[in-house]
Amino acid sequence: MSYITNLKCRECGQEYPISPLHVCETCFGPLEVTYDYARIRAAISRSIIEKRPHNLWRYRELLPVDFDGEPEVGPNSGFTPLLRCKRLGAELGLKHLYVKDDTVNHPTLSYKDRVVSVAITKAREFGFTTVSCASTGNLATAVAAHAARAGLQCYIFMPEGVEAGKIVGSTIYGARVITIRGNYDDVNRLCSEIADKYGWAFVNINLRPFYTEGAKTFGFEVAEQLGWRLPDHIVVPTAGGTILPKVAKAFKELKEVGLIKSGEFKIHSAQAAGAAPVIHALHKGTDLITPVKPDTIAKSIAIGNPADGFYVLKAVRDSGGWGDVATDPEIIDAIKLLARTEGIFAEPAGGTTLAVALKLVKQGRIKPDETVVVSITGNGYKTLEAVASAIDQPSIIDARLKDFDALFDRLTNGKRAANTAA
Amino acid sequence: MAVRVRVPTPLRRFTAGVDEVSADGTSIKAVIEDLERRHPGMRERLLDEKGDIRRFVNIYLNGDDVRFLDAINSKVKDGDDISIVPAIAGGR
Repeated sequence: MSYITNLKCRECGQEYPISPLHVCETCFGPLEVTYDYARIRAAISRSIIEKRPHNLWRYRELLPVDFDGEPEVGPNSGFTPLLRCKRLGAELGLKHLYVKDDTVNHPTLSYKDRVVSVAITKAREFGFTTVSCASTGNLATAVAAHAARAGLQCYIFMPEGVEAGKIVGSTIYGARVITIRGNYDDVNRLCSEIADKYGWAFVNINLRPFYTEGAKTFGFEVAEQLGWRLPDHIVVPTAGGTILPKVAKAFKELKEVGLIKSGEFKIHSAQAAGAAPVIHALHKGTDLITPVKPDTIAKSIAIGNPADGFYVLKAVRDSGGWGDVATDPEIIDAIKLLARTEGIFAEPAGGTTLAVALKLVKQGRIKPDETVVVSITGNGYKTLEAVASAIDQPSIIDARLKDFDALFDRLTNGKRAANTAA
Repeated sequence: MAVRVRVPTPLRRFTAGVDEVSADGTSIKAVIEDLERRHPGMRERLLDEKGDIRRFVNIYLNGDDVRFLDAINSKVKDGDDISIVPAIAGGR
């Protein structure tokens, strides 16, 4: 059963039937899926959702898919932990701090498992046999893994010079990786032309209206896991601009279909200082986003020309939220802080988000008693090189107890007696 | 000053389905005016009321986003390649 009605241009309102189409033929504006909320409201309830398996399909009525039985794509994707963070909260001076932890999303450890689950489900519905994307990291691995399980051909396009690990991380799933002489924006442009010519399902191009809807599940889960209420604040990273507007949309939809009572929240955007065109526009008070050449260790959010940046600005401003940037050293400090206090190892995008949350607290925009969710969208084990030089090096000793005793004395400034039973 | 212009699917109804056309002009603005003469209807799809490039249109001159150059006034020379591409977001 599907509850979607059509595709509608977000700019001029032109409507199109449900199809693999992503750009309005009149104004080039992006297309968005529309739903029959009255029917959804009648079909679901908190208790129906709560009885379903712990995956993103528990909100299937609010997703642009058409199946009733068991999910064949992404059966374990989504429903990641929302962790109450007391130790980190104490550091930030917040009493009700939560981390939404997509470092453990299945199967590829980032929020991309959500959007790709929906895109590949839709690719199969439309009858595509080849799926593809332009990506250097999280999206590539997610597309390759989900395509493998769905039995689809997969082509991944990357700029030349990406680390070997990123090529391995996609090729291992049987995807054909093609590297392009050029930067990420060149790759994106080429892919747009290939999608046009070859009729492949590019998850973030011609399936974009469906793909982006998958990001709503991040927001649905936050609300459900807070006991069917919204946080006062949620801080979300911004790169291409997919997830932030969709989290805001998720919160509004939950109100619309009667699953939550109050629809109040503030949503805040976090960007790396070296790739912050949206924050520049936010701070300048303009709608005009001037592209930048990205330069940051936060590679997964290093996009200089975000297509959905305008919608990030709109969602942030509509909610009364704000946003800020984090420098590379601030990003690294925040990654270490999250790991040290809560045992969560985030990629630099997560460090960016936490660092910005910290700034918003210091600026007084987030108050100590308010409920705050920090969105951690990717796993630090994939980006070890970003922090490798910023951590303590291991101690090296011989396999002799007295050598360890001496080392331990040094590490603890001679307090060994107090710390050991002997 | 003849240049080659790659035309994306949504604009091909103005070019009788052709994916690459030629045009003349010494700037992006002049090229768009020439495209309008040859394929009426194109300009309105590319430029807004103020004459700026629409928010969801990217124009590349020899592979470079013209917003990084001189936008609509970027200089064009004989044999240049221009690509018109709907703005799309990555997600990396």
